[in-house]
Amino acid sequence: MATWDWQVYCKDTTSGDVITGCFGEGGDFTYLDWLLSAWGWTLSVAVLALIVAMSVGSLMGILRTAPDRRLVFLGNAWTELFRNIPLLVQIFLWYHVVPALVPPLKDFPSFILVVFALGFFTSARISEQVKAGIQSLPNGQRYAGLAVGLTLPQTYRYVLLPMAFRIVIPPLTSESMNIIKNSSVAFAVSIAELTMFAMQAGEETSLNIQMYLTVTLAYFLSAFTINRVMLGVENRVQVPGMIGAK
Amino acid sequence: MTVKKPLFLFAALLAASAAQADTLAKIKEQGAASMGVRESSGALSYTLGDGKYAGFHVEVCQRVLADIQRSLGMAKLDIKYQPVTSQNRIPLVQNGTVDIECGSTTNNATRQKDVSFAVTTFVEEVRMAVKANSGITAINQLNGKKVATTTGTTSVQLLRRHERAANVNFEEVFGKDHADSFLLLESGRADAFVMDGQILAGNIARSKAPADYRVVGEVLSVEPIAIMMRKDDPKFKTAVDNSIKAMMASGEIGRLYDKWFMQPIAPTNTRVGLPVSDATKAAWASPNDRPVEDYMKK
Repeated sequence: MATWDWQVYCKDTTSGDVITGCFGEGGDFTYLDWLLSAWGWTLSVAVLALIVAMSVGSLMGILRTAPDRRLVFLGNAWTELFRNIPLLVQIFLWYHVVPALVPPLKDFPSFILVVFALGFFTSARISEQVKAGIQSLPNGQRYAGLAVGLTLPQTYRYVLLPMAFRIVIPPLTSESMNIIKNSSVAFAVSIAELTMFAMQAGEETSLNIQMYLTVTLAYFLSAFTINRVMLGVENRVQVPGMIGAK
Repeated sequence: MTVKKPLFLFAALLAASAAQADTLAKIKEQGAASMGVRESSGALSYTLGDGKYAGFHVEVCQRVLADIQRSLGMAKLDIKYQPVTSQNRIPLVQNGTVDIECGSTTNNATRQKDVSFAVTTFVEEVRMAVKANSGITAINQLNGKKVATTTGTTSVQLLRRHERAANVNFEEVFGKDHADSFLLLESGRADAFVMDGQILAGNIARSKAPADYRVVGEVLSVEPIAIMMRKDDPKFKTAVDNSIKAMMASGEIGRLYDKWFMQPIAPTNTRVGLPVSDATKAAWASPNDRPVEDYMKK
């Protein structure tokens, strides 16, 4: 505890030698290299899962407000299924259980499985928010759209969704930040991301505090960056006079 | 730098809360000793549920404490069991929460700076488990294969070192705990599972079809596993060491080993089935507290 020994990040992960410049070359790999690679894995999982979650979540949210009971049922079933199973259990279901039932899935890299598991889990929450956004609009908007001769998809595209999405940007920001934090469960299926780095490097170097502090900072920076980006989007797309506009 | 001040205060607080150096006096005064145990460290130290703990090292420690009770002339000695994890075991020994840790702690030079170890009672050999029908018998056959190991263990680093030295290229997959790593092997997501021999043996013994698995290949590393206690308390260390040395001299330790590693044990009444290794026998024949670094030089 007397010294903090931050130099550990310059050490090679295999031999434990300190490498000048802190970045390993020619097969050497320092803890700093490893940290950055782990951060990259975290961001890749989170960003790809966010894309899946946004697309599937928006689609399901829209279906739940459609004037067709079968579509509403599909959207509701999807949302309830993925919302009511804990995330870690879902990850294990995709990794261990589903491949046992569908053998070809065994050859899928665990990275893809995690992206979809995390994406589907978050899509349930996004579907709930998108639905709430659409339902917060007065019914008259939908009828007005249809009355001027727009088809149903056109009504959604040009009348309902532009407003609904603007209304739900704040909760979507939270979800986007959550997905960064939730990506930490990926360590359970062998993705070399930040949480796994902290556990593994902590054990190897006996410097758990240093490892966890850095990883905490990395998570914070990632989530905070998303927060700032989404705030920028919110300010850019706001329409004067609408809900949420300044 | 203003940031240093709180850190310094924190360090001072830690130092102030450090336990008194004389463990024997503390045990006598309180009439109790605190034993650090593990929830799941194979047959070395594990829980039976309901706050009960058992295992090879737990029983060794119970006998050591009984010897200490006798030498201190105490009528009664309460043993308080304190579950520890690999992350908190060293701090808990340092701050006095745990007097004697009886788990599966590797004696290494880094840890010897913070704590002290009794004479080595068990020598772990890191090897690999494979499916019996896979035909794999050596590390160099692992080229292009998937190798499982558990996050947060030294085996990962060991594997990396070996990969470079032997010039084989395999893909590492990580289980979040030993049971999970074994599942990777069982479900075919991994071709081999590299881990401490007794953990492999225990997992195979508990699996659905123990005959389907084999522990094969060269020994990747030997690690002395020892009972851990506070540093700078020579009186306590001597008492513990003498008690263990007496068990080694009388052959009692061999009988205890047989009981935990060769006979069926609670709660499932399965056998680990790991015969005592030559390295462990050597440690019993000439008791010592050398760290793992000394073993590697050989």
